[in-house]
Parts: sequence; structure tokens; C-alpha cells
Amino acid sequence: MALRDISLEVKQGEIKALIGPNGAGKTTLLNIISGIFQPDKGEVFFRDAGLVSLSSAKIARMGISRTFQHVELFGNMTVVENIMVGRYPKTKAGFFSSGFRLPYVVREEKEIQHRSEEILEYINLAGRKDETASNLPIGEQRILEIGRALATEPQLVLLDEPAAGLNIKETRDLGEIIRKIRNNLKITIVLVEHDMDLVMRISDSITVLNFGEVIADGTPLEIQKNPEVIVAYLGEEEEIQAGYHADT
Amino acid sequence: MSKRNLPVFLIFVFLIVLLPVVSGSTYTLTVGIFCGINAMVAIGLCILMGYAGQVSLGQAGFYGIGAYVSSILSLHLGIPVVISIILAMMVAAIAAVILAVPALRLKGHYLAVATLGFGEIIFIILNEWGPGGPSGFGDIPHFSLLGYVINSTTGYYYLIWGSVAAVMLFSINLINSRTGRALRAIHDSELACNAMGLNVVALKLKVFILSAVYASFAGSLYAHYITFVSPSSFSLFYSILLLMMVIVGGITNLWGAIIGAVVITVLPELLRKFQEFDVLVYGLILTLTLMFFRKGLVPILIEKMKKFGGGAVAHH
Repeated sequence: MALRDISLEVKQGEIKALIGPNGAGKTTLLNIISGIFQPDKGEVFFRDAGLVSLSSAKIARMGISRTFQHVELFGNMTVVENIMVGRYPKTKAGFFSSGFRLPYVVREEKEIQHRSEEILEYINLAGRKDETASNLPIGEQRILEIGRALATEPQLVLLDEPAAGLNIKETRDLGEIIRKIRNNLKITIVLVEHDMDLVMRISDSITVLNFGEVIADGTPLEIQKNPEVIVAYLGEEEEIQAGYHADT
Repeated sequence: MSKRNLPVFLIFVFLIVLLPVVSGSTYTLTVGIFCGINAMVAIGLCILMGYAGQVSLGQAGFYGIGAYVSSILSLHLGIPVVISIILAMMVAAIAAVILAVPALRLKGHYLAVATLGFGEIIFIILNEWGPGGPSGFGDIPHFSLLGYVINSTTGYYYLIWGSVAAVMLFSINLINSRTGRALRAIHDSELACNAMGLNVVALKLKVFILSAVYASFAGSLYAHYITFVSPSSFSLFYSILLLMMVIVGGITNLWGAIIGAVVITVLPELLRKFQEFDVLVYGLILTLTLMFFRKGLVPILIEKMKKFGGGAVAHH
């Protein structure tokens, strides 16, 4: 999917939503920010550091974590182990020190376990700790993916359609968790989402993409009144407003 | 070691010590020694395949490097055996890097074929340039440490199973660590690993080196025990046998590697009474095992024990 002349800014501590019809290039944009795709030209800056040409692992270690549109959990591992893998960039034990189980490794392992269980409490999945990740219902899988991203202690989290496939209650829980993360942990969030109810409820600002270009940028209220957005969504216009009214 | 694995490990050590007491015949111990040698290589392959999800059909190559390098260094250059073994492990590690850097870009079948090619190259090198060519060479010094020479079957039994226990201990620790979790994560989703900041390429390279070093170590011990080596022991057939061991034992469990190695090594001995039909029965048993215990013996056993209320089984 091609992107053209995209320019947008995400402020520290905000919840920024990227919306737009299917094929608008939202996921492509997330993939460029997180280093999965390389853009032909253009720049991405994170706190003044250029991200283009860095590997996705390097970008993750700089403090940008993400979730995926099609859940990418470690399906054969348990719920808590998924979170524990997220602690990887913040810990050190290597092949030799792990194999010989050096004292610092034992200490570090306890710390990993402890922090991971804390994170599970935080996202309300503590009860599922030892279940195999792929056995969770999709809603909990998506929340677990967010928890795993949190375990890396990111400054920015990119969420790619976190509400896809969730029912109304699960979506509400998700919204609360996203808000809680921003409010309590001061983590900036970029959200790609089709669920307008969720987007309008939790975002501070919204950028609308259509055919690879930014067509609008503003607060939820401004976006809902923007005629270009309404045209882009054609037919979906009622849905946007219905979503908003349902919540006010 | 975690509390979960400790009892199983103690039982394992107890069984090692028990065998010579129950049946100390040279025959039993010799079969035991071969079980141990195969188990060491299989443990490495199990970590590589079952945990990290990388295939190798070239383990016999690393096993051969261990045997030949250590033999040549100790026999022709007079280097102490222990140091020869360590140098051989380094050579195997370097060979693993040379193979892995291009090969680990490949996945699945392609990686299998690349490693198979590597094993064949080593096999050809041993045939063409190894001392004695295809007929191999003997007079390899026995294992010795600080002037103490091991030359009895019982001595080798303890040396080799002591080594298996050490390799197993290291491996269990590794698997239940940050690094072990990272390896299993690579198996499940490389995309997510990148997003978690894991250096996937470096991890794959390291696990490949680890499996090569285990194989080389086992190969060296084999050579110093038998005191004779020839290329035929390091052919593709051995790589495939190793694959059978980890799959029959259960590729997702380290103990499966040991059980698989024991089963695959002992089975032909038990089938001797079938005389010329032994290969047929051997094949039949393996086929049936794979048909009915698809996950491998150890994982199936754990499932059964869990069902009947036993919970304290090593399970990663």
C-alpha cells in the first residue's frame, strides 16, 4: 500500500488515533514507524532520533513497542511467559550465564517473574497466568499482546486494530486499559482502529488517512464535523455520528 | 535448577549410577556408552529444532569434526586430550558460524537442505583428506585428565554419562531462562520477537553454535573411547538417526532427547534375535511409534501422568 506526502506529529502523552477506510495505509504507516517496512523516502523521528533504516528490533529497544492486526502472540507459550519475553530488552542474561545459572541470573529471573506477574495484574489477566496463550479468547489475546508490549517499558505503543474481533464488553475493557496505560504509565499511544465508538471515546487527536494521504487532523469533535472526512467515509458518516452520540 | 526439574534430574543421576550395579557386563555398559554419546548430540539438536525451531540435517558433520580434530591434535601433535577436545569444539563452533551465516536466512526445507549439504561436505572432506581416507585411522589416545588415563569400559561409562548429565544441566538451565524463552519465542513468531527487541539472527546463530559444540564434544569422546575413527560413522545416515532420536523421544522436551537416544540405540540390540528381519521390525516399530505417539514418547507420558493426577513432572 502506497503512502504519499504523509506528515503527522504525535505529542508525548497523547492518544492519537489513525483512521481511514480500508486500504488507506494506516497499517503501512505503523509498519514504517516500527521498522518492518522501509520507506522509499521520508523521515521518521522519535525524540529527535531518526528511525528510518534501523531494524525493528533496534527501534523496539529504543522504546517503541507495538501490537499486530493479526495477533502475533507466542502461541505455544503460557500467558506469563509471553509477558516474560517482553522483559527481554530490559534484562541481560546470555547463553553462558544462563546455562551456568550464575547468581545474578537467578536474581534477574526472579525480577522478570515478579514484574511479569505485576503486569498481568495490571491488565487483569493474572487468573490466566499459566494458560497457553493460543487458548485464550481473542479479546484476552489482544490484551495480552498489549501487556507484552508494556513489559518492554516503552515510551510509545503502536496498537494495530486492537478492537478487531472483540465484542462490546471486551472493547470497553480494552478502552479502559488503553486509557489507564496513558494516564498512569504516561505512555504515548498511536492507535489504528475501525471501531469509531472506541476511537471517539479515548483519543485526544485523530488523523484521517485516505488513499495514502492525510485528509484531516484534529480532535474527535473536529474530525466528526469535517466534510472531507464524511465524504471519504461516504455511507459510514452515520456510523461516526451514531458512535459519538451513543457515548455523550 | 528450578524446583520442578530437580527431582527428575536426581532420578536421572540415580539411574545412571544404578545401571552398572544392576548389570555391569561390558556389553551392557558399551551399549550404555553409545546411548550417552548419542544423547549428547540429540540434546543439542532438540534445543535447535524443538525449542528454537531451526532444522539441521548436518549434525553428523559437527560430530565428525569433533572426532577428527580432537584425534588428529592429540595423536599427531601430542596435544593433551582435554585441550584437543576443547580446540575441536572451537573448530566446530567456527564451522557452525560459517554454515549459519548464509543458511540461517533460510527456513524450513531450505535450511534442511543447506545443512544436509554441509554434512555431506564434511563427509567428503573426511574421506578425501582425513588420515587414512575412507578406511580411517587408529591409535587415538585414550581420554586422560591430569595424568589419569581412562581405558576401562566402566570408566568411559561414567565419563560419558557424567558429561551427559553436565550437558543436560546446562541445557535445562538455558531453556528455563531469558535466553531459552527467547528461543521458543523465535519458534512461534519472529515478527513479534523483532517487536520485542530480540536480536533474532544473533540468537539463531548462538543456538546453532551450541548444538554444534555439543555434537563436537560427543564426537571427541567417541573417538577417544573407540580409539579408531573412519568417515562412515559421520555420514548422512547418522544425522537422520539423530533426527529420529529427538522425534521419537519428543522434540519439545529435553528429556525426550535422552529417551529417544536410548530407544534408538538399544532397539537394534534387542532386535538381534530377529536376525535378518531385524531392520524390518526396527522400521515397523519406529513407524508405529510415530503414528501413535506423534508428539513423541516423553510429552505423551507427561500428558498421561497429568491425567492420572501426577503433576510433578519436568515440563517446560
